[in-house]
Parts: sequence; C-alpha cells; structure tokens
Amino acid sequence: MDGHVATDSSGQGNPRQAPNVSKRKDHQRGSGDASENQSRERSENLSEGSRRSRRHSIDIPSEMSRHEEEEELKYGAKHVIKLFAPVSLCMVVVVATIRTVHFYSVKDVYLVYTPFHEESPETSTKVWNAAANSLILMCVIVVMTILLILLYKYRCYKTIHGWLIVSSLMLLSVFSYLYLEEVLRAYDIPMDYPTLLFGLWNFGVMGMICIHWQGPLKLQQAYLIFIAALMALVFIKYLPEWTTWAVLAVISVWDLIAVLMPKGPLRILVETAQERNEQIFPALIYSSTYMYTSLAAGDETTARNSNTSGDEHGFSQDWVDNHESRAAHRRVDPQDSQNRSRTMGHISENIPCQEEEERGVKLGLGDFIFYSVLVGKASSYGDWNTTLACFVAILIGLCLTLLLLAIFQKALPALPISITFGLIFYFVTKEIVSPFSDSLSNEQVFV
Amino acid sequence: MTVVEFVGCMFLAFGPPFAMFVFTIAHDPVRIIILIAAAFFWLLSLLLSSFWWFIVFPLRKDLVFGLIFSVIFQEAFRGVIYKILRRAQVGLTKITDDTTTLIENKHILAYVSGLGFGIMSGAFSLINVLADAVGPGTMGIKSGNEMFFITSSATTLCFILLHTFWSVIFFDALDKKNNFQLIAIVLSHMLVSCLTLLNKYQVYSATIVPISFICGLTGLFAFKVAGGSYNSFKSCLVFR
Repeated sequence: MDGHVATDSSGQGNPRQAPNVSKRKDHQRGSGDASENQSRERSENLSEGSRRSRRHSIDIPSEMSRHEEEEELKYGAKHVIKLFAPVSLCMVVVVATIRTVHFYSVKDVYLVYTPFHEESPETSTKVWNAAANSLILMCVIVVMTILLILLYKYRCYKTIHGWLIVSSLMLLSVFSYLYLEEVLRAYDIPMDYPTLLFGLWNFGVMGMICIHWQGPLKLQQAYLIFIAALMALVFIKYLPEWTTWAVLAVISVWDLIAVLMPKGPLRILVETAQERNEQIFPALIYSSTYMYTSLAAGDETTARNSNTSGDEHGFSQDWVDNHESRAAHRRVDPQDSQNRSRTMGHISENIPCQEEEERGVKLGLGDFIFYSVLVGKASSYGDWNTTLACFVAILIGLCLTLLLLAIFQKALPALPISITFGLIFYFVTKEIVSPFSDSLSNEQVFV
Repeated sequence: MTVVEFVGCMFLAFGPPFAMFVFTIAHDPVRIIILIAAAFFWLLSLLLSSFWWFIVFPLRKDLVFGLIFSVIFQEAFRGVIYKILRRAQVGLTKITDDTTTLIENKHILAYVSGLGFGIMSGAFSLINVLADAVGPGTMGIKSGNEMFFITSSATTLCFILLHTFWSVIFFDALDKKNNFQLIAIVLSHMLVSCLTLLNKYQVYSATIVPISFICGLTGLFAFKVAGGSYNSFKSCLVFR
C-alpha cells in the first residue's frame, strides 16, 4: 500500500501527555494495586500542574493553544528521529543486500504487471515501455486500493484481515525463504533443510503473531521493517530498469492524489477510521508507539482484546488493572475540573493512560518500501556517493513532511517530497556530481 | 589484508566524528536534525560547484578552477546555514528540551552544523575509495603508493575536523562582525584544499604534515573562540 504519514488522531487533543508516557507505562506494568497507582499518579499530576502554572502565570486561552502548539513541535522533533531510525534501518538492509547479494540486481524474471521488458536498445522504445509498465502497475495499485476502501467501508473486516494475513504470510515464508537462500549462497554458508525450515517456521509464526495479534513493540517494528525491506528488494529485482524510476515518480503523484484530494481513497480510509474510532490495520502501518495492544480505541476493541488474551494472567491482568484505574480516573475527573483554571496542563494529564500510549507518528509501510526502492536502486549501480546523496535527500524530505504535518495537523502523503528530492539528487549526482567528485578523488584533491 | 586495511582506514577517518556524534549529538533530536540539514546544505554546495565545473567545460581538466569555486560555494553555504539557524533560533528554543545549553551556548549550533558539513564532505571524498579498499585488489604492489589509503583517510579526518572548527569560528565571526576572521577562514580553507593538489605527485608527506598542523592550529583557535582557556582545559581533565 502506498501509505501516508499521520499523527495519531486520538492523541492530538492532548499534546501534553507525551512526556509522561514512559512513566505511565511503568505504572501500568508495575504493581497491580490500581488505587495506589492512581493516588501516586494524582500527586504527580498535581505537582506537575502547579509547576506548569507557575511557569505560565497568565491562563488566557490563546496562551494555552500557543503553548500546545509548541509542545506539538517539541515532540515533533522526537518523532522525526523515531521515524529516521527505522527508515534508515530499512534502507541499510536493502542497500547491504543489494551490494552483497548479486541475485537482487540481476534481471531475468519480471513481474506479471510489467509486460514490456525494455530489451530494445533504442531509448524511445525504452521510454514508452517504462511509461506503459508504470501505468499498468499504477492501475493495479489504484484498483487494489479502491477495493480495500470498499471492503473497509462496508465493514468486511474478515476479508481484509484474511487478505493481509495471507500476504504477510507469503512474505514471511516464501520470500523470506528465497531471501535466506540467496544470502546463504552469496556468503557460501552451507545449511541443511531441517535447520532452515525450523528457523523459518519459528521466524514466520513469530512474525504473524507479532504483526497481527500482539507482541513486544520492538519486535513488531522489526518485523514490519523486514517486510518492507523484503518488498523493496522484490520490486528492485522484478521491475525492469527504467520502469522502477517511472513507478517511483508515478506513485508519488498517486500518493499526493490519494491522500489530499477530497475524494482520495486513502483520505477516505483515514477519515472512516477516525470516524469509527479504530486503528488502521497494523500490518500496513509502522507506528512509533503501541497500536494494537492499546485499549482506548473504543469499547469494541477492548472487549475483543480481553477475549483474545487469556483469562486471568498476562495481558488480561494488565488490562484489568488499567481498566480499574481508568474507571477511577473517571470518577476523579469532575473533582479536578474545578481546579482547571488554576492548574493548566492538568486536564489532559488526567485522561486515561491508555490513550497516552497511542501518541506517536505513523508512517505507511508503502513509504518505507518506496524509499528503500529508491536508495537500493541507486546503490545497485555501484556508486556510494549517489546512494548517500539519495539517502540524505530522502531524510530531508521526510523531515520537511513531518514539519508540514506539525503545521497542518492532518494526514499527509509522505512520498512526494522525499521521492522528488531523491529522484532529483539521484539523477543530478549520477550525471554531474559524480564525475566531478570522481575526478577530484582520482587526484586525491579534497575540497 | 584488504579487509583489515578497510576497517582501519574507516575508523581512522570516521571514528572520531562517530564518537563526537554519539557523545555530543545523538541524545538530542534537534541536533540530529540540524546535523542532517547541514549535510544536505553541503550537498547543495557540492551540487552547485559541480554544475559550475560542468558548464565551464574547457576547464574541466584543470581541477584548480573547480576547487577554488567549490571552496567559495561551500563557505557561501556555511553563511546560508548561519542565516537560517540564527533566524530559526526563536523556533528552536521552543522545540528543544535543553533550551539552556543549545541557545545560551550558541557555539553548539555552529559545532553541530560544522560536523554535519564535515561528515558529508568526508563521506563524499572517501566512501568510494574505501569501497575499493575492501578488495580484491590493493594498492602498492605493482604500482602506486601503499600509503594511499591511510593518507587518504587521515586527510579526510583532518577535513572533517577542520569543517567543524571552521564553522565554530565562522559563526562567531559573523556574530561579532569580525571580517578578519571570515577572510582568514576562507583563506585557510583555500590553502588546505590547494595543498591537496600536491597529492597528484604522490608526495603525501608534503600534504598530510602541513594539513594536520593547520588542523591543530585551527582547533586551538576554535577552542579559544568558543571561550576556552588553558585553565578551563586543565579543569576539564580533572576527574570529578
């Protein structure tokens, strides 16, 4: 899917919660006594609140909103880094694979969606081949996206989950097997089938559990990054030379349309999800914080979560604690609201801790995939300078996108700016900068 | 040998900058972003100088021409970063956690952007050479100088550090409107870059010695500009 970047809608109303996230997590995972937790928390809140009120003696509304905006930006900077790390990791995996495993840069088989193979020596033929291929691929993506939206709109959740589970299973089994085989071959490591299958089985099942059900956040993120890297490698391997570049250009335009147009499919998806107060499928979106184990998404999910996990231990116990403390919070709330005018910064901190966990930036896996395709493709020609230039350009593009996100406060397409920067820097570096820096480096001249 | 040489050269060139990154920059998201932005600006300056080198095709063989303009463009972009950072200072106070250190000590911004400049410039001049160092061939068996990779990495390290120092001095000069310092920086950059022209004749000692000497001097100057003194240096060595 060509995804988008978004801050979590449920977190937007209360930007002051973020600093306490880790603290709260400790509370949740700590002692089971909800009332004790809660009283401790309250005293913390009070001290925090009074500290804040001392700092801001004027409590006029405009001051408040400005302050919130600042806080938004402050955590924006942290979120940028929280996305930089996984995006870089994904690119590093792809580039390392491309440079060491030959299999992924050799062209022999192509995707079904790209019937024209660019084998003619003439440039004009190659150009229309690439254009036709990318348009066909584009149409497939558009149709698939619309199909997904329709399924979502008419609440066919089972179908969607089935679809996602099958595709992630494919990636985690068949494609992982192919990947591992080629890596082993490239490094000349012998391995017997039982070990391989045992390892793959564990890896795949673990991945399925982590992505679709629950698991440690780090592990889930790692699996999502791996899936994105694998998908990028598949694109690099099975798309013809120029089609890849054309696809990158076309897909970023599509991303722009799909997210920003009033009737764009991804926009509809995001808006419907917000309307229904649900999370978008964890298999499609990388999130810098918990998504599916968070319980504040609505009563429906909490009920489902409590059903799915065991009866008395594990997550369920956690949930019971949280639930109790949440109820306690609700009871406390009216009392506190009297103090609102005095202690600003207090209100939002009383909102149940589950919601705090949800605050974070989300980036569609599609963005990971196409960033990595660009960098991987750039590195497949063997020039590190080009790769580095593309990498920096994409990160700067991502930075700008997140800056715009902080300004506009709605879901934005993450591909257009980054991919445009990446494409510009790729071609310019390849044609103009590289000759210059090569000739400098030939004579060992440093500038 | 090749891989060992590769690892050694890589850490010779990028070890100290990496340590600087880990200990002084990595903990603050805003600094990381400024670092990457500075790297991007260095890339833009290189782009501009490459364009210029590409357009003036009769002089493509004479690298002196490209070099002089590249130095000028780089210093110009350093000035652009200065303008942007000083203009964004109000905004930066809002988005960083340790407002006090980042804003009160304004050399930090200079240091961070200089390191970004340096790392990018170092990476661009060394990364392809290093990729070749892995093997299968190596330098100095049939022809060429076996010191090639080591001197290349050492020069890169000097340039990364020099860029950091230059930025600190440059920002300070612009703050205090000290034109003498500005000219000194542009001239020393020019001098160091022109010294590397001698590398063509493979007399590496003729370049590496003066460059490290200038690097040390510039470092001392930057230390002094940033408010350091002999006593503060002594006190920072004392174990607390």
